[in-house]
Amino acid sequence: MAALLEVEGLTKHFPVNTGLIASLTGRTGLVKAVDGVSFTLAAGEGLGLVGESGCGKTTTGRLLLKLIEPTAGTIRFEGEDLGTMKGEDLRRFRRRAQLVFQNPYEALNPRFTIRASLVEPLLNAGVPRAEHEDRIERAMERVHLLDPHRYLDEYPHQLSGGQLQRVVLARALVLEPVFLVADEPVSMLDVSVRAGILNVMREARDLLGLSAVYISHDLALVRYVCERTIVMYLGHVMEDGPTEQLISAPAHPYTKALVSAVPTPDPAQPRLPLPILEGRPDAAATLSGCPFRDRCPEAHERCAVEAPRGVEVAAGQTAYCHLYDT
Amino acid sequence: MSADVLTAPTARRGGRVRAMLGRLFAVVLKDRFALVGTLIYVAFVLLAALAPALAPHDPMEIQFLESGRLARNVPPGDASHPLGTTSLGRDIYSQLLYGTRSALLVGVTAAFFVVAIGTLVGLVAGYAGGWIEVVLMRLTDIAFGIPFLPFVIILSAFLEPSVWNIVLAMSLVLWRDTARVIRSQVLTLRERAFVEAARVTGSSHPRILFMHIAPNVLPLSFLYGSIAVGWAILTEASISFLGFGDATIVSWGAMLQDAYQSQALSLGMYHWFVPPGVAIVLVVVAGFFISRGYEEILFPKLKE
Ligand SMILES: Nc1ncnc2c1ncn2[C@@H]1O[C@H](COP(=O)(O)OP(=O)(O)OP(=O)(O)O)[C@@H](O)[C@H]1O
Ligand code: SF4
Ligand SMILES: [Mg+2]
Repeated sequence: MAALLEVEGLTKHFPVNTGLIASLTGRTGLVKAVDGVSFTLAAGEGLGLVGESGCGKTTTGRLLLKLIEPTAGTIRFEGEDLGTMKGEDLRRFRRRAQLVFQNPYEALNPRFTIRASLVEPLLNAGVPRAEHEDRIERAMERVHLLDPHRYLDEYPHQLSGGQLQRVVLARALVLEPVFLVADEPVSMLDVSVRAGILNVMREARDLLGLSAVYISHDLALVRYVCERTIVMYLGHVMEDGPTEQLISAPAHPYTKALVSAVPTPDPAQPRLPLPILEGRPDAAATLSGCPFRDRCPEAHERCAVEAPRGVEVAAGQTAYCHLYDT
Repeated sequence: MSADVLTAPTARRGGRVRAMLGRLFAVVLKDRFALVGTLIYVAFVLLAALAPALAPHDPMEIQFLESGRLARNVPPGDASHPLGTTSLGRDIYSQLLYGTRSALLVGVTAAFFVVAIGTLVGLVAGYAGGWIEVVLMRLTDIAFGIPFLPFVIILSAFLEPSVWNIVLAMSLVLWRDTARVIRSQVLTLRERAFVEAARVTGSSHPRILFMHIAPNVLPLSFLYGSIAVGWAILTEASISFLGFGDATIVSWGAMLQDAYQSQALSLGMYHWFVPPGVAIVLVVVAGFFISRGYEEILFPKLKE
């Protein structure tokens, strides 16, 4: 399969103001939200991005859509460098890459009717007015929003969370993109409507053959929609591989910890008894060596001095850990 | 599992304009200050519109008694001169009514320009950032450094004493408050997810600024506009009172100046200088009341 997206050494540092005193003394820090992330995404592939809060998932997603510019590294979309993309190329990219937001209540302008929100991408893409109604109807059907005309003239606050997220999804699909980033698309929703949204996303992917990056802190949800998963920690990739393989045979100590935290449907199946050391990831700290070493139960001397490189531990499965680099 | 029940809220149609008016109306009804302020404004607008019908005389015309003598210093309560006449024989009641016209003209046009300039500067500065923001906010700082009344007097004296120059001078200075407030509002708005969502769908910067951000700051602009109306009227009155006003126009400030020059105060002719003074106070207070009402809706924290 041809690669839709090639990401290399992607890095984003945010300056942080640590208050008046710090800014007076010139001691402003850096948050290394994303730090040297590399991966490729094949056309039609579904990729999960998992990790704890603050590990840089959202930042990665925003970088992939050129909503912010990277500090370093490159992203190629269909072979074209996103960093230098502008003008007509950028407009084309905006038609082909879309985002589904975590909070559907925030993703739609509260002063726009549902129709106005759905028409906006079509207007921007220069789709003739005569086609708008058809396109909107098709998108609403795809997300299984029944009887769409009932909602088109409503405002976001008049819809439920599940309905709104379907509208947000319809808005992302209305231009029939080839690439979709979904940033925790169900985490703000009631548990009862989550499966519905996930099913709609799976269907849409199959139907449109789109590639998707699915961001979540929940491995169980990623397992439901993604064939492949990248595990992130403090802006770094820890492990990258087929989702089922990562869950059944995790190689990286951090992945093992994540997997053991996933509740299994079968209560008889023993949970992996792997302890993860106490502590919170601190993105502001400057680290050498392995970013996970402060909390890693397997940490050894080498981990403090040398950054681990990616090692293929099984077919298609890469772990960034010294345990496998001999 | 995918059957999350699609409960349908009852359809409510109606344009955005109606929704906006509805909200304005709700504020006015909820807050007693805003209600009083609005009623005062409405009353003044009605008086201004009906002035030619209500006023018994031409405000500038010198009146004569039946005997043919000049009708100067007629005391109030006279059938044809309810508020009496000035020392030059002009009808005070008619002047007061016509004064609402120039007051509204000055107040509304000045407020319009203040709000338009201030909102535009604030929007662009807040959204664009970078050197554009720096330049625009420096300009705002400079406007804050200008002493308001002297500037208006000098500019209107320098050009020529006409109401339009007074309006121009006020517009050149008073946009500063609106610009600052709108900018800080835009700084938070542009971080909202729906702005990023609009970018993802390919919306241009002007579209985001004017379709997504501007409608959310307009209530604030209205707030500053309602204050500016009162301010502008007060300023025009001050300038006319100081004698730098437009002599061809009847205004409350000019009436006060006239009364002052004729020593109405020491002569105890309260019917001459109290009515225009009260009128000025009323419009200024009305603007303040309305803004207070809006503040409580926009910044509920003030409510305690
Ligand atoms: N615009 C920004 N300015 C400064 N720091 C930022 C900005 N955006 C993100 N960060 C910081 O970068 C780090 C990564 O944030 P990010 O939102 O990408 O994490 P995340 O994995 O999406 O977390 P969550 O699961 O909580 O959504 C955090 O420490 C965050 O505080
Ligand atoms: S490199 Fe060392 S610290 Fe990092 S995960 Fe592997 S064993 Fe743990
Ligand atoms: Mg996030």
